[in-house]
Amino acid sequence: MTLSVTLGHKFAGFTLDVAFEAPRGVTALFGRSGSGKSTVINAVAGLLHPDRGRVASDDQVLLDVARNINLPVHKRHLGYVFQEGRLFPHLTVRQNLAYGRWFAGRGAGDFDRIVTILDIAPLLQRRPATLSGGEKQRVAIGRALLNRPRILLMDEPLAALDEARKAEILPYIEGLRDQMDIPILYVSHSLAEVARLASHIVVLNAGRVVRQGSVAEVLSDPAAVPDLGLRDAGAFLTATLAAQDADGLTRLDTTAGPIWLPRIAAALGTTLRIRVAAQDVMLSRTRPEGLSALNILPATVAALRLGEGPGALVQLKVGDDLLLARITRRSAATLDLQTGTAVFAVLKAVAVAPADIGMP
Amino acid sequence: MADWFSPGEWQAIALSLRVSFWSMLLSLPFGILVAHVLARREFWGKQVLNGLVHLPLILPPVVTGYLLLLTFGRKGSVGQYLDQWFGIVLAFKWTGAVLAAAVMAFPLMVRAIRLSIEAVDPKLEQAAATLGASPVWVFLTVTLPLILPGVIAGAVLGFAKAMGEFGATITFVSNIPGQTQTLPSAIYAFLQVPGGDPQAFRLVLVAIAVAMLALILSEWLGRAVARRVSGP
Repeated sequence: MTLSVTLGHKFAGFTLDVAFEAPRGVTALFGRSGSGKSTVINAVAGLLHPDRGRVASDDQVLLDVARNINLPVHKRHLGYVFQEGRLFPHLTVRQNLAYGRWFAGRGAGDFDRIVTILDIAPLLQRRPATLSGGEKQRVAIGRALLNRPRILLMDEPLAALDEARKAEILPYIEGLRDQMDIPILYVSHSLAEVARLASHIVVLNAGRVVRQGSVAEVLSDPAAVPDLGLRDAGAFLTATLAAQDADGLTRLDTTAGPIWLPRIAAALGTTLRIRVAAQDVMLSRTRPEGLSALNILPATVAALRLGEGPGALVQLKVGDDLLLARITRRSAATLDLQTGTAVFAVLKAVAVAPADIGMP
Repeated sequence: MADWFSPGEWQAIALSLRVSFWSMLLSLPFGILVAHVLARREFWGKQVLNGLVHLPLILPPVVTGYLLLLTFGRKGSVGQYLDQWFGIVLAFKWTGAVLAAAVMAFPLMVRAIRLSIEAVDPKLEQAAATLGASPVWVFLTVTLPLILPGVIAGAVLGFAKAMGEFGATITFVSNIPGQTQTLPSAIYAFLQVPGGDPQAFRLVLVAIAVAMLALILSEWLGRAVARRVSGP
């Protein structure tokens, strides 16, 4: 299933003009506030009627302004998870969950499975007002899924939650992403969330698509950094959990060699996606010795981008993965870095936050 | 309890209750519809509709009554057809009192319901639509349950207003004991006869009790709206 979206709409002082495709899995709509992310998702939902455009999921056309097709919201078979949950206050959790399922008008088989995935069985008799923010979002996700959507839309579902609650929900979203065979549009302004969840990314700026592609490529592309934000720049390594060492570290095997991180609670053999911030990567021409950092991986420089200030961004090929390192121009010159230069990437084990480790 | 009042007084109280009940019940669906339209829709002529609905609140009741007579009287522009086609005569009948009371109570009812609809977050209605609910279902399953206390409050206010309606009623259907003599008309009639004061006073107490009860009830229900919309 692929969702293809073309939209144009004129607002006062703002023009939206986007085109992108979202395959099965999570496609992140990324951008600053005001870049048009929510407008796009609302047009896909049918809550906003654009001046022109076409929205289709495979052969099912939801909107085609040129052909005068515009399915009303309730006929689009969507799941929409809003930032604020929007649970019905007069219904219990169970009734909220049943709401979408009732209109979907199909079998009841999914109920138990989704309640289990989202771990909301203990909440079923409660009213939304008595739930925590994280619980509300889990119920909202469940309610959207029980509508048996052909497309799942998530508009910053974690933005209203604190870090602990985010960490609580992310694994659930990863779980359903892997079990649902539908396109998921995920609006976010958090690169950490995007790196964890998404396989594709569409970067919006002032109503236009400035970049799109696979998350691994876009996040490790030095040229994309200005669009994504320098402070949050960083790519990820794919690794397999290899051993839990006695001293509290976990050994992970990447395609470029082993690394050690503070204990990760996951089963041996689990494949993990580890986000490494560009500013937490150091480079060395020779394999460093007598260094406290544990994680030293051989790499080659794949691309180099000198900034206008004193900074420089280096894209590194590390095994099969691409990492991003943020260094100074002076260092780049001293090390004589060129495309193809062999270097060693030094990662500090404690620099990776638990929230930056996810299932690919 | 019937011993407390003379048959004439009792007749007036019973008629007022009956008139108010029917006026409330029959105007409620229209009240909800108009309140919803005024709260949620933008359309040309919205201010005109708003003005029409609120007009009976401002106009002298005798004017409203006279307009009703012109329209729904036996020779009225609508009344003559009601008579010809359906055999319905409103002027000088208790059914006419129902119409007069309904028209006079309508603005209060609409206002209470409209405020409760405006308190419902439209985002909840959007969420219901994304879950597959058509606009009618959204209204029935989300909006209506959330505004129910407001609807009841509006109905209670409408009932109380209908109990007290005098000017339009007496103009449109006159003051016929047993047929169109409602509580306020009866009070007025008793005050016109020497020595009628004690009877009038007893009915005044009834009127005060009904009005007070209705106000307390609607206030209490209004608070229930707020609780319900923001969750318990």
